[in-house]
Amino acid sequence: MSLDNYLVLAAILFSIGAATVLLRRNAIIVFMGVELMLNATNLLLVTFSRLHGQLDGQVLAFFVMVVAAAEVVVGLAIIVSIYRTRRSASVDDVNLLKS
Amino acid sequence: MNTLTSWATSAPFADIGPAAAEPVSAGIYAVAPLLVGLPLGSAALLLLLGRRSDRWGHWLGVLASAAAFVVGLLTFLAMLDRDASNRVLDVRVGDWIDAGAFHLSAGMRLDPLSMTFVLLVTFVGTLIHVYSVAYMDHDRDRRRFFAYLNLFVAAMLVLVLADSYLLMFVGWEGVGLASYLLIGFWNHRTPYAVAAKKAFVANRIGDIGLIVALGLMFATFGGVDFTTVLGANMSGVSEATLTGIGLMLLLAACGKSAQFPLQSWLGDAMAGPTPVSALIHAATMVTAGVYLIVRSAPVFDAAPTAQLVVVVVGAITLLFGAIVGCAKDDIKKALAASTMSQIGYMVLAAGLGPVGYAFAIFHLVTHGFFKAGMFLGAGSVMHGMDDQVDMRRFGGLARYMKITYVTFGLGWLAILGVPPFSGFWSKDKIIEAAFIPTDGHTWRAWLFGSVALLGAGITAFYMSRLFFMTFEGERRWSTRTDGSQQHPHEAPALMTWPMIILAIGSAGLGLVLGLGNRFVDWLAPVTGEHEHGEPVLAPGVLVALTLVLVVVGAVLAWRRYAISTVPVIPPVGTALTRAARVDLYQDAVNDALLVEPGQHLTRSLVYVDKTVVDGATVGVGQTTVGLGQLLRKTQTGYVRSYAATMLLGLVVLVATVLVIQS
Repeated sequence: MSLDNYLVLAAILFSIGAATVLLRRNAIIVFMGVELMLNATNLLLVTFSRLHGQLDGQVLAFFVMVVAAAEVVVGLAIIVSIYRTRRSASVDDVNLLKS
Repeated sequence: MNTLTSWATSAPFADIGPAAAEPVSAGIYAVAPLLVGLPLGSAALLLLLGRRSDRWGHWLGVLASAAAFVVGLLTFLAMLDRDASNRVLDVRVGDWIDAGAFHLSAGMRLDPLSMTFVLLVTFVGTLIHVYSVAYMDHDRDRRRFFAYLNLFVAAMLVLVLADSYLLMFVGWEGVGLASYLLIGFWNHRTPYAVAAKKAFVANRIGDIGLIVALGLMFATFGGVDFTTVLGANMSGVSEATLTGIGLMLLLAACGKSAQFPLQSWLGDAMAGPTPVSALIHAATMVTAGVYLIVRSAPVFDAAPTAQLVVVVVGAITLLFGAIVGCAKDDIKKALAASTMSQIGYMVLAAGLGPVGYAFAIFHLVTHGFFKAGMFLGAGSVMHGMDDQVDMRRFGGLARYMKITYVTFGLGWLAILGVPPFSGFWSKDKIIEAAFIPTDGHTWRAWLFGSVALLGAGITAFYMSRLFFMTFEGERRWSTRTDGSQQHPHEAPALMTWPMIILAIGSAGLGLVLGLGNRFVDWLAPVTGEHEHGEPVLAPGVLVALTLVLVVVGAVLAWRRYAISTVPVIPPVGTALTRAARVDLYQDAVNDALLVEPGQHLTRSLVYVDKTVVDGATVGVGQTTVGLGQLLRKTQTGYVRSYAATMLLGLVVLVATVLVIQS
């Protein structure tokens, strides 16, 4: 089986994630989109690692997972905090920069 | 220091030139600065203390002026002790400007000319101060009035005592300011405030002349003090430059002395209280132009063209003022027109050169007495007639105000030039001098002599008209607003005594100073002693002709205004009368020639400023704001739009890299 399919799948997953981030309003869903993009990247890293027969990509994938785990903690904390002050999880309500 | 200055030998009629100045500092001369200091200090005190000095402020003003007169008299007596050739003195007060190569010290030039002015200003000034105490009795702002009067006296003394044109300019501006403040003293009435502004603006035009003259003098002689400028060797200077300086000085004199073509302000200046008209607009300030010309004699002597212009201006103004004076019904405006005409005589005499300088100043002094006296008389009449100024509403006042009648009558005889009263000694001399050919031009002698002679006749007519309409004939008094009759009454003693003293001066001063050429000899250290040609008519014939004209003028006025009935409503009159009533259309001419083009110019400048200049600056701002508005639309505040921008940027970046690499 060609490794190209993995690359195409990663691209599709990344696109879905990006579309989720750009189009959805709910912060939790947006967050899920971010995770999806991270995982698409991980898949890409692993695929290239296999393609070149090197372990660097796999090692980097682990780093991404660790950072993603930490990021989830911080991100969820921010979302919860925003929800507590604004009674809303919509990202459009967080537009203090404009007004 | 008795050497003759070099210009004297080059002047055509000069036998003995003016003496050079001698520096003095000791004795009475050390207190000479008090002449200026006393009234100036009093003015400052009265203005700074404000209402706290309301109760005694007017007496302080009188005291300051009287003290200045005493100092002036002491200086005068000290000067009389000196030889005639040693009477030009310089009192150094201090350094004024010390800038590199340019040094100018502030000092006082004490000589017969400036002492004459000091005595005239302080003596007449003190009398008018005393008069004002009673005249302004009911005015809330009497203290402020006296502060301004003192300021005027101080500025006038700076003007005549200065030893340089620059210091004189300070006094020149000072009297202009005082005149402005006093014309507009009742500035709660808009026409009065406008009159003050008009006087100020007309004076400013003259001041430009003085400033340009100062610049020319500095460029030509390298200094502006009298010693440098007037003592310079005029033969080494081009005549064109001297003519330029002379004409600029004449412009300054025209502004200050209300001479043609800057004469329009003097009539309106009568808006000020009557003592102001007497002091500033009759006796002293308006004669500053004559002083300027006489003081600058060496310049004018070396510039015959400028002298001719001076004579022409004087001749035009003396006829102009006389014609206007014949038609005015406002007693003060008639007197103002007369002042203009009489100063025309003085300017004419000053323009005649060495032969006329002394007579110009002589007429100035006698005029200062009789005209101030008549203005005070007019003030007394107004005081008794509920501030009425329309002569058609007077008549028959001789019985009710005897002192005013007699004092005014003496002034009237003096201005007519009836011997032996003052005017005869000074005005006839000017007429005689006008008939003396200058540089051999007989036509000039005939022309200007005839103008001066004719002026004397018209003067007799309009002054007699004024006198008869006011004091003779039948009563034409208006009833008061409440329907009661007017009760003319004599003014209080504080007002009558100054009038009496001035009337004595009007009657006798000419005789005292004119007999044996005393006044001319007294001024000789400044004007030089000169021999002159003979007039084209014998002096005796001239005196007789003048007297005939005066009598004719007076009799005509007697027939029209004393015997026959004077209509209360002014008749339509001839075209000349109608023109003279509106000052020969001078305001219309000024408006058409200067004011309206000026307004159009400013309006178009304002338009250019608003469209072009403001358009450019405001346009830059508006463009920036517009661009900002456009860019602002991209800042939505939505995270997703920022994220989309980032993604788009990334895609573009990657695509670019790929395209470049492939």
